[in-house]
Amino acid sequence: MSENRFHPLRLLQALVRPIDPALLLILALLFGYAFILMSSASPERLDSQLTHMAVAVGVMWCAASLPSQRLLSLALPLYVLGVVLLVGVALFGEVSKGAQRWLDIGVTRIQPSELMKIAMPLMLAWFFQQREGRIGWREFVMAGILLAIPVGLIVKQPDLGTSLLVAAAGFYVIFFAGLSWKLIVPVAVVGIVGIGSIVAFGDALCQPDVEWVGMRDYQKHRVCTLLDPTQDPLGKGFHIIQSTIAIGSGGIAGKGWMDGTQTHLSFLPERHTDFIFAVLAEEFGLIGALVLLLIYLALFARGFTIAARAPTLGTRLLAGAVTMIFFTYAFVNMGMVSGILPVVGVPLPFISYGGTALVTLCLGIGILMSVQRSRLANKN
Amino acid sequence: MQKQRTVTFNHNPLLKRELPVWRSRFVLMVLLACFLALVGRALFLQGINNEFLQAKGEMRYARVLEVPATRGRITDRNGDMFAVSTPVRSVWAIPSDVNLEPGEARQLSKLLEMDVSELNAKLASGRDFAYLKRQLSPDVADQVAALKLAGIHQQQEYRRFYPGGEVTAHMLGFTSVEDRGQEGIELAYEAQLAGQPGSRRVIKDRRGQIVEDVESIRPPRDGEDVVLAMDGKLQYLAYSALREAMQKYRAKAGAVVVVDVRTGEVLALANAPTFNPNNRANLTGAQLRNRAFTDTFEPGSVMKPFIAGMALESGKFKATTKIDTSPGRLTIGTASIGDAHVHGVLSVAEVIQKSSNIGTVKMALQFSPEEMWRLFNQLGFGSQLDLGFPGEAAGRLRPAKSWRPIEQATMSYGHGISVSLIQVAHAYLAFARDGDLLPLSLTKLDEPKGSSKRIFSPEVAREVRAMLEMAAGPGGTAPQAQVPGYRVAGKTGTAYKLEGGQYVKKYISSFVGLAPASRPRLVVAVMIDEPNGAHYGGAVAAPVFARIVEGSLRALGVAPDAPITPLQLARKQGVEVPAVQESM
Repeated sequence: MSENRFHPLRLLQALVRPIDPALLLILALLFGYAFILMSSASPERLDSQLTHMAVAVGVMWCAASLPSQRLLSLALPLYVLGVVLLVGVALFGEVSKGAQRWLDIGVTRIQPSELMKIAMPLMLAWFFQQREGRIGWREFVMAGILLAIPVGLIVKQPDLGTSLLVAAAGFYVIFFAGLSWKLIVPVAVVGIVGIGSIVAFGDALCQPDVEWVGMRDYQKHRVCTLLDPTQDPLGKGFHIIQSTIAIGSGGIAGKGWMDGTQTHLSFLPERHTDFIFAVLAEEFGLIGALVLLLIYLALFARGFTIAARAPTLGTRLLAGAVTMIFFTYAFVNMGMVSGILPVVGVPLPFISYGGTALVTLCLGIGILMSVQRSRLANKN
Repeated sequence: MQKQRTVTFNHNPLLKRELPVWRSRFVLMVLLACFLALVGRALFLQGINNEFLQAKGEMRYARVLEVPATRGRITDRNGDMFAVSTPVRSVWAIPSDVNLEPGEARQLSKLLEMDVSELNAKLASGRDFAYLKRQLSPDVADQVAALKLAGIHQQQEYRRFYPGGEVTAHMLGFTSVEDRGQEGIELAYEAQLAGQPGSRRVIKDRRGQIVEDVESIRPPRDGEDVVLAMDGKLQYLAYSALREAMQKYRAKAGAVVVVDVRTGEVLALANAPTFNPNNRANLTGAQLRNRAFTDTFEPGSVMKPFIAGMALESGKFKATTKIDTSPGRLTIGTASIGDAHVHGVLSVAEVIQKSSNIGTVKMALQFSPEEMWRLFNQLGFGSQLDLGFPGEAAGRLRPAKSWRPIEQATMSYGHGISVSLIQVAHAYLAFARDGDLLPLSLTKLDEPKGSSKRIFSPEVAREVRAMLEMAAGPGGTAPQAQVPGYRVAGKTGTAYKLEGGQYVKKYISSFVGLAPASRPRLVVAVMIDEPNGAHYGGAVAAPVFARIVEGSLRALGVAPDAPITPLQLARKQGVEVPAVQESM
């Protein structure tokens, strides 16, 4: 290796080595889809999104190049940094659209809660790996506390969508680490009963004078809007009504690329970001939507395969959690746009416009690649 | 995948026991269930509910626009424009879309000629749509558009403009801001003038901008022009003569009708007080009234010639038949009627010339109520002329069976019956046309429309015309009707007004005449309501007639049929000529 260090072929090999071909292919398909959709939904943002993609791929490559154990060792500093930044947001953050989410660090504005989406599972995976072999209820309580601190800070901003995603990311790790069913089942039952009763008594609960304990007004509105979007068609229900119309009017085969009327006549709000799935469904129809679902399924399959084959508990938990985060993004976004989940600000992974989310997601891909490579290394 | 899950990679008993089998299967099931839900939802929206949602989507962008049709023009018989539509624009807003900076609000309110507070009030209304200003001239509308304000839109409309202004106001009427006829010809001929708006299908984006013009569903059909019988010159003449008399006698109201004897066309129709149809801001009901059509009055002596005609027609009387009118009073039942002067024995012609009530009554009482009713009915009294004019009055002519003798007597000299001025002008056509009565027409005719009715024989009509010429001459009740160069014939009328069922000391003075007497071309009817200073029809209404006839006959190029007499010159020079006072 040392004598031929600058050989071009060697350099290429060095570049390619960290990359998992299957994940790269899937990512390429998703980016290709994103390119096609962005050219229709918001052509003026195409250039900047291509820049985002390049940066994100760079970040992915960096993560993939690092050995997975090295990644895990970054968990604690990243987590601590994330929590410090969140505290910073709470103290000095900028208020935008009624929420305090951004921190101005001079050069640019960052959203520390975004970092937490990766730092959280990383931290917990590292934590469980440290305690491998002696995981008992104490460890789960510890993990719960580690999870609760950042989630609590994000809820305070307030940002329900991100806090749910971070909580989910952490929960996946805890779940895969073997949390007792005795704890999971009651929580699940409470959740199901809660959601069920909201649906059943939605009309009464959504009266303007009813206050929901522990929830902000805008969160209550989002849930109520989901239950019956037509109650406020010009206000809070507007997004959902417009997006279901766009999806429905696509039909089986769609209206064709660039021909989506709801999209191009600006009836569809947020069409380049959170609601880009509606653009896809209108222009490419049911077939286009199913193709996207298949690409996502391939991604999850590859992710779980990597997780299952991971050499250590930490990497295994990490890969599993990252894959589950991808799933959560995809499901929550598509569910929200098609009107089966409330509107929470979650982008369609790898497709929606926006740099921060794309970098986070590609970091996740990089982590998966790193885990995959460490398995190969172990084998060898 | 599940097979891969069972790969054991460490010796943790906890993980070994629980994780590989249950957890992974559970996670997989949840995952698949979620995706199936998404697929199901997509199928529901795109496969099943597809058409409904497509239609909903189309509702959001496909709009049908109305393309306004241009309203037909109204011209006089010579083709001069008297009502034309000019394009204007209305400015409207979607208040919730409007977000004006204070400076923008000032600019906009200045252009719309309203206060900022008024503008804000219109924008603050909770509606989705508000007109800010209607019928704005195109150049101001362009300036408003140049401000490029969100939520402020414009629409093309037409505004009616009446070049004749007050002169033709009652004849033409006017249209509403929606371009619909409200009064006069504009209303009577609405169907012809209105046209049919067309429609276009367009695609609009959320901001209401037209993105694509898809198709024309129906092209607009412009309204048809209406050519009036009216002659602009005669109309102006009639209007100014009426206005002059109104000012001179400080009268409450007045009306004039000029009819073409050959065709029955209404050449001029003016009312006072009038209004400016181009600016109807402070309109009152009195200004709006088309009195010639809608107001009825007791005609008084102008009815007498019809009785004379009936008397001659029956053969019971000749023009020279003597009637004793002394001692100036006649008792019928318990009531008595009188003449203003004691005339003694008069011929039938003199009864008309001097306007003797007693002479007229003595003729009328030779006939049954039915005979008199039939005459009045044939002349068109008591029923509408059916010119399609809004608010046309029928007048009052009670059925003959209910007439008591005293009532028949008073009706013969025009009391106890009510008529409109247009009805009187119409009925006088019978004398002018040698006994033949034609329907009137407000629109230009090439030849008389409808069938004529024979009321009198030509000989009788000519004889009555000769009596009317005497009435309008020296020794008659209206020498002031004389026109230099033309022979005129006509009858005055002066009647007390009825207020609350009682006659009061207020008058309606009228004069109906025809000219030239030798070969009549025009019938002119004049009515002045509550003149002050003088009240006899010969003094108040006859000069109006003279002015109109003099100018009109010259304008129409009718050859003079009389030398200019000293009497006419004397009147021209302002010398008062004594007139016989008519009876009331």
